[in-house]
Amino acid sequence: MEHILNPWPWYISGPLIAIVMALLLYFGKTFGMSSNLRTLCAIGGAGKFADFFKFNWKDQIWNLTVVLGAIIGGFIAVHYLSNDSGTQLNPSTISELQNMGFDKPGATLVPQEMYNLDVLTTPKGLLLLIIGGLLVGFGTRYAGGCTSGHAITGLSSLQKPSLIAVIGFFIGGLIMTNFILPLIF
Amino acid sequence: MKFIKFLLVGIFFGIVLVKSEAVSWYRIYEMFRFQSFHMYGIIGTAIASGILFLQLSKRGGIKSIEGADIYVPKKDKGITRYIVGGIIFGLGWALIGACPGPMYILLGTGVWSMIIVIAAAILGTFLYGVLKNKLPH
Repeated sequence: MEHILNPWPWYISGPLIAIVMALLLYFGKTFGMSSNLRTLCAIGGAGKFADFFKFNWKDQIWNLTVVLGAIIGGFIAVHYLSNDSGTQLNPSTISELQNMGFDKPGATLVPQEMYNLDVLTTPKGLLLLIIGGLLVGFGTRYAGGCTSGHAITGLSSLQKPSLIAVIGFFIGGLIMTNFILPLIF
Repeated sequence: MKFIKFLLVGIFFGIVLVKSEAVSWYRIYEMFRFQSFHMYGIIGTAIASGILFLQLSKRGGIKSIEGADIYVPKKDKGITRYIVGGIIFGLGWALIGACPGPMYILLGTGVWSMIIVIAAAILGTFLYGVLKNKLPH
């Protein structure tokens, strides 16, 4: 039981993620989480503004069901399958983040400095979450996929476009973490 | 009832991503600072296992539940959209520490502010749809 309650090592976690992809392919579908954002746009009536959203979103209900499951899975994992071990980060990561003003790096899944509900009342805090969401939503559709569609499914099926997209993910991520985040915090 | 299997896969996915700490903002930060092997190990073994599964299904004739061949949709050819879109995605991923799967999973863990991020991501997707024909692909 302790093994389940503690964080799972990478060499267990990676293959389990591949099983998610394999199961969805076995069910005749594909592993792509960002497609749901497009589906939600279509449900909201975005087809009136762009042909990109004119499709039968009912064919995507299976994927929204995966999303619902993922939310439930997140709930189950923190409430029933976790202890208070926290995330064991590299000590230099911890001291770096503390210098940037992050109080307890790794104690929670996301920094309270960004996600605490109080932060939403500050213009800076609210703006960061909105900008981040916009970038992810815009970028993932422009690139035609996200971490699940490109990095896992695309690279597993040896597709060159996915390799280019994943290189893009990393260029963007490296720029944000190494050059922009230090300016923000 | 036909959706129950997708609900179960989703639950499994959510549990795995929390327990692997792939939904941790800090793990994403650490990855982009090259201060830990953890995320590289997860992504690397996921891809290696995925390649193994797809090769075995091709050679060993693993069929889908409907009896068809296991099929992975082919991405369109191109460079610009993948590199530019990818960079934009990466900037957001490293800022909020979550990609589209973890956004929902973190909501389930009780990070309510994620609703703002998800709403903004839906808006971002909408903006792409509107601007699509004006963008280089």
